[in-house]
Amino acid sequence: MSSRAQRIRPLFTLYMPLAPFIFFALFPLYFMAVTSLKKNAELYDVTTVPFLIRRGVTFGHYQLLSQDTLFWSWFVNSLLVSVAATVISVVIGILAAYPLARLRFPGGDSFGVAIFVTYLVPPSLLFLPLSTVVNRLGLSDSLWALVVTYPTFLVPFCTWLLLGYFRTVPKEIEECAMLDGCNRLQTLLRILLPVAVPGVICSALFAFTLSWNEFLYALVFVSPAELKTMTVGVFSELIRGDIYYWGGLMAGACVGSLPIVIAYVFFLDYYVSGLTAGAVK
Amino acid sequence: MQLKTANGDVAKLAAPGEIKAGGLSEFLVRDTPVAYAFIGPAFFLLLFLVAYPFVLSLWFSLSDARVGETGRFIGLDNFARLLRSSIFLQTLQNSIVFTAAALTLKTVLGMVLALLLFRLVRFKRLIRGAILLPFIVPTALSTLVWWWMFEPLYSVVNWTLKSLHLVNHDIPWLPDPYLAMFTVVLVNTWRGLPFFAITLLAGLVAIPREMYEAAESDGAGPIGRFWYITVPLLKPVLAVVILFSAIFTLADFNIVYVLTKGGPINMTHLFATYSFALGLQSGEIGQGAAVSLFLFPILLGVVFVQLRLARRAAMYE
Repeated sequence: MSSRAQRIRPLFTLYMPLAPFIFFALFPLYFMAVTSLKKNAELYDVTTVPFLIRRGVTFGHYQLLSQDTLFWSWFVNSLLVSVAATVISVVIGILAAYPLARLRFPGGDSFGVAIFVTYLVPPSLLFLPLSTVVNRLGLSDSLWALVVTYPTFLVPFCTWLLLGYFRTVPKEIEECAMLDGCNRLQTLLRILLPVAVPGVICSALFAFTLSWNEFLYALVFVSPAELKTMTVGVFSELIRGDIYYWGGLMAGACVGSLPIVIAYVFFLDYYVSGLTAGAVK
Repeated sequence: MQLKTANGDVAKLAAPGEIKAGGLSEFLVRDTPVAYAFIGPAFFLLLFLVAYPFVLSLWFSLSDARVGETGRFIGLDNFARLLRSSIFLQTLQNSIVFTAAALTLKTVLGMVLALLLFRLVRFKRLIRGAILLPFIVPTALSTLVWWWMFEPLYSVVNWTLKSLHLVNHDIPWLPDPYLAMFTVVLVNTWRGLPFFAITLLAGLVAIPREMYEAAESDGAGPIGRFWYITVPLLKPVLAVVILFSAIFTLADFNIVYVLTKGGPINMTHLFATYSFALGLQSGEIGQGAAVSLFLFPILLGVVFVQLRLARRAAMYE
């Protein structure tokens, strides 16, 4: 086989079969952006090519979103809830993962299994009783309801991920520190955590992403329009009866996805390693 | 996803005398008060916000609780009523069809995609990044664009099909019960495929190259290498990914709720959306809790299989 044929072959056996997958993955996101920038006259004209913007770009939908809706409140709500839930969950996760990775104690295995089982519990299994619990705690219709309930699925995830990271760090350096008089907490904070920074970043990124993307709890536990999170607000407040503001909806979907996409672009490798950490070990 | 804690593998039920490692590090590893103090916050969180709600859910499912009323004990009445209800039986059938179809698509396409990504040399990071994107973007928001793409009047899918003269009328994607099921399966596949592809890719990377070289020198072709090396060595990863995804596909709420709300005529209701409709929209908390509890046996089954897999993996170590 000539070298030219060898250079061309991957085009047919690799890049061409890959193209439909890439198209499938990206087209909806592209179409989301295109729709959000298109004027209504063109958007609802069935004779034009829907893939392109031919009659000029408009930011009208974004304007509508920021002036006529509570969009920025939803954005801030999502941000507050996600940051708070992430911080709480990562801290609790670090504390729980340490003894599971390092110490022997009665009940340790059972607790490990409990964490693992909770990690697999989908939110849709418990949303009904949780809404009763949230009510009894007097937290319904406040952002606290979400700050308190999101850790139920974030803590098992963070603990699990960090447990894996902690186990890869050799014990010996901690033992030296302890012989030098450090207590457990000091060893964890000064010796183990600095080495496990990638694991902490990874679990924080995932916790933030899962909180930001959460939909069911936010839909059930919080009903006042001004307290809604991004995902619920865009979905439930931009559809009024039978009238769909498609341009506005897509603009909301774009801005709502943006923080996650930005984090993703910067921390791609952490996302990949977090995703595969669970399955391949 | 193996279960390993400092107490040793869950699988290996250590005999009492077995733990006699070096004296000093053995001493450093025993610190029960500290262990309990560190685990405390996570323990109480799980106790009050996972275990207690679960017990509450069991109680609801055995009671005639409605919104604002505690309800009285009615035994298995809710379950008996559900099994006689045609909507619930439809939901059960939908759940099986939805999960089986989406899992099959994700597994087959995920495998193909992983094998392609594995051979990438140029633009590796860029392409992997692009492929993973649907998994990262908020599902409730990305499902909105799918809704728009299948919207009856302005559907870009119908526009394309008509322009290519493949059809001459608008296809009723969401109003038609069977097409609606197809659409929710498609969107679920779109969202879940990256997880399969990227995880299986990590599994492929972990297979030693020598295995392939040995097989090649024994005369195995690409298909032989795939069936006799890739598939058997990928089995543990494949099992974990499929089981993991089985739970979350079956428990899906966002895609169905945004796209169809369970309609048309309940033909896309899954456990989560039907439980939502019963428990919150009709106020029948008892019935709603009973519906969502149908997820639990499947969850238990998956946990059981996962633990067994972990045990077997631990034995090989």
